[in-house]
Formats: sequence, structure tokens, C-alpha cells
Amino acid sequence: MEWETVIGLEVHAQLATRSKIFSGAATAYGAEPNTQACAIDLGLPGVLPVLNREAVRMAVKFGLAIGATIAPVSVFARKNYFYPDLPKGYQISQYDLPVVATGQMTITVDGAVKTIGITRAHLEEDAGKSLHEDFHGSTGIDLNRAGTPLLEIVSEPDLRSAKEAVAYMKKLHALVRYLEICDGNMQEGSFRCDANVSVRRKGDSRFGTRAEIKNLNSFRFVERAINFEVERQIELIEGGGAVVQETRLYDSVKDETRSMRSKEEANDYRYFPDPDLLPLEIGAALIGEVRATLPELPDAKQQRFRSDYALSDYDAEVLTATRELADFYEAVVRSAGCDAKLCANWVMGDLSAALNEANLEITASRVDADRLAGLLQRIADDTISGKLAKQVFETMWQEGATADAIIEREGLRQITDSSAIEAIIDRIMADNPGQLAQYRAGKDKLFGFFVGQAMKATQGKANPQQLNELLKRKLDA
Amino acid sequence: MSLDSEAVKRIAWLARLSIDDDRVADYARDLSGILDFVEQMNAVDTGSAMPLAHPLDQSQRLRPDEVVESDQRERFQQQAPAVEAGLYLVPKVIE
Repeated sequence: MEWETVIGLEVHAQLATRSKIFSGAATAYGAEPNTQACAIDLGLPGVLPVLNREAVRMAVKFGLAIGATIAPVSVFARKNYFYPDLPKGYQISQYDLPVVATGQMTITVDGAVKTIGITRAHLEEDAGKSLHEDFHGSTGIDLNRAGTPLLEIVSEPDLRSAKEAVAYMKKLHALVRYLEICDGNMQEGSFRCDANVSVRRKGDSRFGTRAEIKNLNSFRFVERAINFEVERQIELIEGGGAVVQETRLYDSVKDETRSMRSKEEANDYRYFPDPDLLPLEIGAALIGEVRATLPELPDAKQQRFRSDYALSDYDAEVLTATRELADFYEAVVRSAGCDAKLCANWVMGDLSAALNEANLEITASRVDADRLAGLLQRIADDTISGKLAKQVFETMWQEGATADAIIEREGLRQITDSSAIEAIIDRIMADNPGQLAQYRAGKDKLFGFFVGQAMKATQGKANPQQLNELLKRKLDA
Repeated sequence: MSLDSEAVKRIAWLARLSIDDDRVADYARDLSGILDFVEQMNAVDTGSAMPLAHPLDQSQRLRPDEVVESDQRERFQQQAPAVEAGLYLVPKVIE
């Protein structure tokens, strides 16, 4: 039996505002419990929510970036349920009139481009956190997060594999960071998703019953949770059972999903317009204002990197993964004024490796764009070989000196003087008559021996191409 | 439209209201009466009218994104039945 997987994602992006969506309390992460939960966040009697302008602008910015319709009028609704981390007994969200409607995004998986529909994106408030460690049989509640603005981005059920789901989520992650509307920190929960997963027999036009996996906060977990869930559902159906519509939790330690509670039907939340909030009107003026702040988006930047710098699809994709990396790369190219591909290799190679090892972001790189460019210029003009450049780079990473200063100080300048190289070759040939005879008798492999000796004699400073040519000429003479 | 006892109990549970069993029939009758009244209004053709989200003919005011609240945890927590380590304590939540 062939099965088809159907996935829709609901991504929650915490908007990078300073204050909460309906109150003037701070949203900073990691504060002492409940020190950033004001009367409005606590839902104390008599308080009124007032909408944060910046949260609205960020939602509009996202909508424009995915080519969506921005609703001229949208409405906040109460989603009613009881849970201790939701002190009001309802979450302020949007229901039938969300701020952003019908956009789309393209993803590339295994070379194939696919368009994923985005049904809607709406504004809502985050809940607090429940701490289930044992407080004498009680649960501890921290409401600092309550009221943090969220943009919930709902996709169409267009995704057909865990791989596609991850590609979509990564693309969305890059986009919200480009737009600077979300810091994208998944460990802190700033970007997380729920996955609606179902399976159906290939060729069926109707969707199967879906299960919703809650709160996936890493790309790896999204992939593993979906793969597990798909297997579970297929086994269940093939064994004569049926999938129940329910909420499931992914346990990353056991690598399995398990039932949380039967999913309440949508109308159990008894949504109704929040009488504390008036309809949100978004006019052409605001939209125009926000549109003017849109940066170059990842797809456009990738396209430009391919055409302006003659980079491969892969290079362009890696270098545009974040705005900061792309900016760094362009600064290097500008400053070096040389081969854009050489710059790409170094940014993606030695620099990225050094950043990874030191666990640093590109913005905190110990070698800045100008200094890296200085090094690349010396490779381009043959002052040093690529091999020695790696050594210079390591020194640059440890200290603040420029490439030129290090090359000068350590005498690493490449030997390009033919007569100097020839003199060294002559000496090596004289010192190794045995190997020379064998080589001339047809043992070609010994060529490497002579290269090695010459490099040793010059401490690796002989220009490799030049050395090869001269050596060949003299040995074969 | 009429509500039966089961529907009344379910609604009460969703709203976490405790109701006496011997009042359920009364609630069902009263609530059904309200729904009938709504049903009468449904008869009016409103096809050309925008749904009303709020009785005031105004739109939402927006506030600047500024932190204006200070930490008042100590005062708020004086109202709470149980707190520890800065947390509000509630009966154990099991998922």
C-alpha cells in the first residue's frame, strides 16, 4: 500500500517588540519570574488592553513579504479555555478576520521548487509558563511571557513530507529574521511550531484524520516527530485501527509522540469578538509606510548573488541564509575588490569553521570583513599561497593584526623568483642522486618526493604552480 | 432552537460553572428561550450589512511600543493564595 503524508504547519513567531501586545510591560527574555507581568497581563479586574502599534506593523511587514492580502479591517477575538498559565480564562487572538490572509512561499527540496500556500497569519498573545517541578504538589506559574505578541502563521496542508515541512519552516525562519520581526531564537521559544499530520492512500482526494503535534522548537524535532507520527498512523490504519483527532506531544528523549488530550472542537473555544478591543483598521498609508521599510528578501538576494557574483545555487543559498552573513560577504567582496568566488570560499570555509568552533555569530567574528579582505588580496596577487593563507588566517583569528603585518613579521611572502626556486631545485637534485636516477628511469611517483623536498626547503613558501613547472622541466631535462 | 440537559451541562462544564442538577431543566428552558429570540432576529435579511464587531463606530487606537510598566510583583503577589520563588502556585497541572 502506498501512503501519502499531508502536513500543515502552524508557526508561532514571537514578535520582537520591546513591550507586550496589549500592555506596556517588557518582553525581555530571562527576567526573574513575574517581574514583567503587569496588571493587564495578570488579567486583574478593570484593566483594558491597548494594542501595540509595532506588533501591527510587524504583522503587515510579514504579510507584504509573502505577497498576502492585508485585511483593511480585522478583529480580535477571545479564545476561551481554562489553563493556569492563561490568567484571564481566554486568549486574545484573531478568528474569522485575521490581519494577514492568503500569501505564499516557495521552497526547494531536492532541486524541485514547490509553492506552499499560507492560509493566514494572525496576531495573538502568548501565554505564561507552567513549571512542573515539584512545588509541594503544586505547579509554579511564571507570567512574564503572558501577553508577548505572537504572529501565528498557518500554512495550507500543502506539505507532503517531513523534509518539505523542515524546508518550509527554515525558509520562514530566515524570512522573519530578514524582516527583523522575530529574533528566531528557537531555544528560547521565540520561533516554534505545531504540525498537523495525516496520511491517506495515494490517489485519495479526501484528507485522513489528523493529529496535531504541539510545540516543536527545533528543525530536527519537526522532522523526527513528523516521521514518527506518519509511521504510527500508517501502522495503526494497516492494523485495522483508525486515527483519532487529538493533540500529541513529541518526546525528544524517547523519540515518539504521545497523546495529550482529545482535541477540543474549534467551537469549544467559543470564540467571540473581544468587546475590549475595537476593530483594527489598516489603511493604505500604513501599508505604504511599512512597504518602504522592506529589506531585500532572501529569494531576491539569492538571485542577485548568483548573477552579480557568478555564484552557484549552493553558494548563493548558504551566503544568504541570514542577512548578517550576506552583509558580511558583500563587505568582503567590496573591500577586497577581487574574485567573488574566492571571497565566497573563504567566508563559507575557514571563516565559518572558525566561527563554529568558537560558537560565535558572524556579527561577532574575530576577523572582520576588512581584515579578511586584506588576506584575500594577498592570495589574489600571489604574495602568499592558499596554504600559507590558512596559517595567516589562524594567526589573524588569534590576534588583531592585519594579514600584511603577519606576512611581513613571519616572513611568509611567497617565493616567486624563478632563479631562487631553480637554485633550490638544483641543490635537491644534487643531494638525492638515487631518487633522481629512479625518477628518470620511469618512477613518476617520485615527482611528489621532489615537490615535498622543495617545499620543505622553502618552508612552504615556493609558489606551487611555478615550482611544479620548474621542477618538471629540470627533472625531465 | 432548544437545548437539552446534556447541552446545558456541557456548556456549564466548558465555562467551569457549578450548577445544581435540579436546576438544569430550568436553565435549558430559559436558554432555549433566549436562542428562540435570537432565531427571530435571524429572520431579518442582513445580507447587505457588515457584521458588527463592536457597537462603537470607531477603530482601534494603537499605542507606541514603549515599556511603561515597572515591576510590581510584590504587590500583586500579596493577593495570591500561594507563591514561591516568585512563582504563583496553583494545583498541580498534569498533562
